Amino acid sequence: MSSNKEGLSRVLTVAFALCIVCSVVVSTAAVLLKPAQAVNKTRDLKRNILMAAGLYDPALTVEEQFERVTTRMVDIESGTYVSDVDPNGFDPRAAAKDPARSRALDPEEDVAKILRRSDHALVYLVNDEAGQLDKVILPIHGYGLWSTLYGFVALESDANTIAGLGFYEHGETPGLGGEVDNPRWKALWEGKQAYRDGQVAINVAKGAVNPQSPAANWQVDGLSGATLTSRGVSNLVQFWLGAEGFQPYLTNLRGGDA
Amino acid sequence: MDIRETLFKPVFRDNPIALQILGICSALAVTSSMQVSLVMAIALTLVTAFSSFFISTIRNYIPSSIRIIVQMTIIASLVIVVDQILKAVAYEISKQLSVFVGLIITNCIVMGRAEAYAMKNPPVPSFLDGLGNGLGYSFVLMVIAFIRELFGSGKLFGVEVLPLVTEGGWYTPNGLLLLPPSAFFLIGLLIWAIRSWQKDQVEQPEFRISQHTAMEESA
Repeated sequence: MSSNKEGLSRVLTVAFALCIVCSVVVSTAAVLLKPAQAVNKTRDLKRNILMAAGLYDPALTVEEQFERVTTRMVDIESGTYVSDVDPNGFDPRAAAKDPARSRALDPEEDVAKILRRSDHALVYLVNDEAGQLDKVILPIHGYGLWSTLYGFVALESDANTIAGLGFYEHGETPGLGGEVDNPRWKALWEGKQAYRDGQVAINVAKGAVNPQSPAANWQVDGLSGATLTSRGVSNLVQFWLGAEGFQPYLTNLRGGDA
Repeated sequence: MDIRETLFKPVFRDNPIALQILGICSALAVTSSMQVSLVMAIALTLVTAFSSFFISTIRNYIPSSIRIIVQMTIIASLVIVVDQILKAVAYEISKQLSVFVGLIITNCIVMGRAEAYAMKNPPVPSFLDGLGNGLGYSFVLMVIAFIRELFGSGKLFGVEVLPLVTEGGWYTPNGLLLLPPSAFFLIGLLIWAIRSWQKDQVEQPEFRISQHTAMEESA
């Protein structure tokens, strides 16, 4: 051990050398692994989209299955496709925070409690083997009990029948609100109707839905022990399928002039 | 230097969680599923072992006035590397672990071993000491995760063992086990069990409550 171990120059030399070595190690790892991480991230998003539509098959690669899916950007307000923005670089969460690309919602219309809604959104169109529109997958998000739930809802080509619903990110209580991930509960959404006489009617009931009830077609069982999460899911689905959400687009889609 | 001693002593006799009560926070947070716990355990073991190794290698050059920040820098760099690797090769699990990989930096086991052992011992024993303490942490994590996942969601490593009522089976899961406080109770019970087996771990009480004498004095 040298005698001047505690000297100022020694302290600075050690600190400087250590910082250089550590920053080289960290940046090398970050740069080398970045492509693999980007691939994972896109694959994860694609898998979530496919899972929401009930199309995901673990035996096939995500890329193979995603070939049938076209990504389009939609102007939410007018409900028409936008072609002058590149969908690949679009970050929906950044857009929703950017005042230039989003709109603050009034408290009474903000049922999903998202504060701002971006002007554009990416929608995913799934074609069947014949090239006809089979399903349309829409991104949705909103506040549950503890957290914002991010997910997708898939509609059949009639833009009314629900084909599936799934959340890929949330922080609800495991075993209670976390049951939004339960495949058996998610399966309840399939075949339900979103609109009744042109109004959003789909909602999550409190408790089980009476199959004899005339509203049963527009209702999904609530999650037991998770009233607030169920209400949040109900609100966010209604918001995104409603007039401030994708209703103009879906109306256009039904009419064939989106 | 006794390799066996350095490596295995921290697993049962001097367990970082059970005896030293270090690293509890991540043990509460990630143990609701065995798969996630396993990845966390491996990540922490690697970070502890390698940070001890590197710190020990340069221990004679570290001025004591900045030793803690030097240790932190080395640990933080290793944690970032581990986090980046997880994001590249095990994306699903890295999403579930979310911030807890980053929080390995603040895990008292890593800092504790760097300060208590690696600063005073050569690199190879320090590496083994880090590995041993990581294994001790892993052991506790896996035991807790086994109980929590089995009775909380009826599964082990995501494979159904006890068919749940909600899936048409017979087992009603215990929801408490999915929440972090349950790990607190389980760790408490585990410490009790280990100390009943290894009596020398029982700490001497710091004081004894003496008999109540006020009545006799007043009489």
